[in-house]
Amino acid sequence: MIDYEKYLNDRIKSVKPSGIRKFFDIANEMDDVISLSIGEPDFQTPWHIRDEGIRTLEKGRTWYSPNRGFMELREEISKYYARRYGVSYDPKTQTLVTVGGSEAIDLAFRALVQKGDEVIIPEPSFVCYEPLTVMSGGTAVIINTKNEDRFRLKAKDLEAAVTPKTKLLVLPFPNNPTGAIMEKEDLEEIAQVVIKNDLIVLSDEIYSELTYGKNSHISIASLDNMYERTIVINGFSKSYAMTGWRLGYALGPAPIISQMTKLHQYGIMSAPTTAQYAAVEALRNGDGDVERMRDEYDMRRRLVVDGFNAMGLSCFEPLGAFYVFPCIKSTGLTSEEFCTRLIMKKHVAVVPGTAFGECGEGFVRVSYSYSLDHLKIALERIKEFLEELHNGN
Amino acid sequence: MDKLLRILSADSGFTTAQLAIMLGEPEDYIKAQIKEYESKGIIKGYQALINRDELSNGGVEALIELRVTPKKETGFDEMAERCMEFDEVESVYLMAGAYDFALIVRGDTMQDISMFVAKKLSTVDGVLSTSTHFIMRHYKDRGKNLINFNDKSDGRNLIL
Repeated sequence: MIDYEKYLNDRIKSVKPSGIRKFFDIANEMDDVISLSIGEPDFQTPWHIRDEGIRTLEKGRTWYSPNRGFMELREEISKYYARRYGVSYDPKTQTLVTVGGSEAIDLAFRALVQKGDEVIIPEPSFVCYEPLTVMSGGTAVIINTKNEDRFRLKAKDLEAAVTPKTKLLVLPFPNNPTGAIMEKEDLEEIAQVVIKNDLIVLSDEIYSELTYGKNSHISIASLDNMYERTIVINGFSKSYAMTGWRLGYALGPAPIISQMTKLHQYGIMSAPTTAQYAAVEALRNGDGDVERMRDEYDMRRRLVVDGFNAMGLSCFEPLGAFYVFPCIKSTGLTSEEFCTRLIMKKHVAVVPGTAFGECGEGFVRVSYSYSLDHLKIALERIKEFLEELHNGN
Repeated sequence: MDKLLRILSADSGFTTAQLAIMLGEPEDYIKAQIKEYESKGIIKGYQALINRDELSNGGVEALIELRVTPKKETGFDEMAERCMEFDEVESVYLMAGAYDFALIVRGDTMQDISMFVAKKLSTVDGVLSTSTHFIMRHYKDRGKNLINFNDKSDGRNLIL
């Protein structure tokens, strides 16, 4: 027998696998689960975008793209960021097309973080930041954002977490799983701390188009003196319902992008060609689709937030992404108990808040990336569950 | 079409309270809007969408193409009115193209519909010809899929 343990990389071994697999396995085995657990759009990619992909396949455009992505696409991305968020990036040196936003995040960590570096990560947040820090040899410093702050990152908490070793701040807003956003004033306070302490910001803006209310998303890169210390991550998955196409990008200072490009070049070569052609079409003619989907999400968001508050699970109004993050502490159950019982008794799947960091205890993530019909049934079942819980069943 | 009508046309089962929340408007405003649409005849009713293919006694439907001679004074309206009077007729549409009216006709059996066409419809003064097409299966109706070709899942996977 071979002892594989001795071959495996200790650093990789030390990374824990995602804790909620077990829970997902239960959900996958059940037949009639009403799921509110999925973190991707329920919309299909708009037809004209799919059609462009098909057209280029028919024409046989099936070769590698340049390492950084097609110039045409990088130009469109650059125009898009200027048009939507008021920041300009040079398509030649400051733009890198990647396999989803996820690859871009991975590259940024590997290009920047090394042994001895501290990376500040606000939680609850998407699951990849801490493992990537560890895999790069750095140390993750977690900041717990709070319900009473509507899960925004507060400058004083950031200030308290900074040490001379801090190199990178992850800014994951609009946030998965809380739906929190950062408004201009919030970002300005954060920027002050970042500049004072000479940090770099990794701004994961993958949900930027899904921002509700009167103001649209603000990129921290658009603030004074932040452009030069921000790496922006974005992509097509959430805004254009293109998750399966696997296409994202990084924008930032040329010296950083150039190191990331090296990693991308040797590890990946280039992002999928068909997806890139489709993405050009998305950026050129997809504004209407984005608006239509945002409108639809917004309607669902209002319905779901109100539904949870009405059934006594208090829920701050999330202004971003497609998640609500109700507090379930009033049930006396832990997040995991709540989710397990809910799925066993009512066949409704939501994700324990603890999947996104320890401070997610007492909360659950509910995705409203589902049809109104589906959401209505799910809310009804959760309400029954709470009533039965209350009556001691 | 405004958002309120769009929601209602897909699903009229929302309460006015829910509609108010979804649209971010006061409930009174929603109630008034709906009342106005009803009184103006824009909202004509609220019906359940029934998949008759699932019923053993769901009956039969046919689409009938009708060619007619329009009247000098009233054009096609008089014929439309005549067709609307038949209980068997579900829908009446004036068409552009190779024929003048499309009717959706419902009966308990194919025989019922055949008799209706032969005895009642084709004998109406001004009807030049009819062409009857029986509907064999309903796949999608008023924007809703009646048949789900995918299995239970919507194709998305749980990943994290």
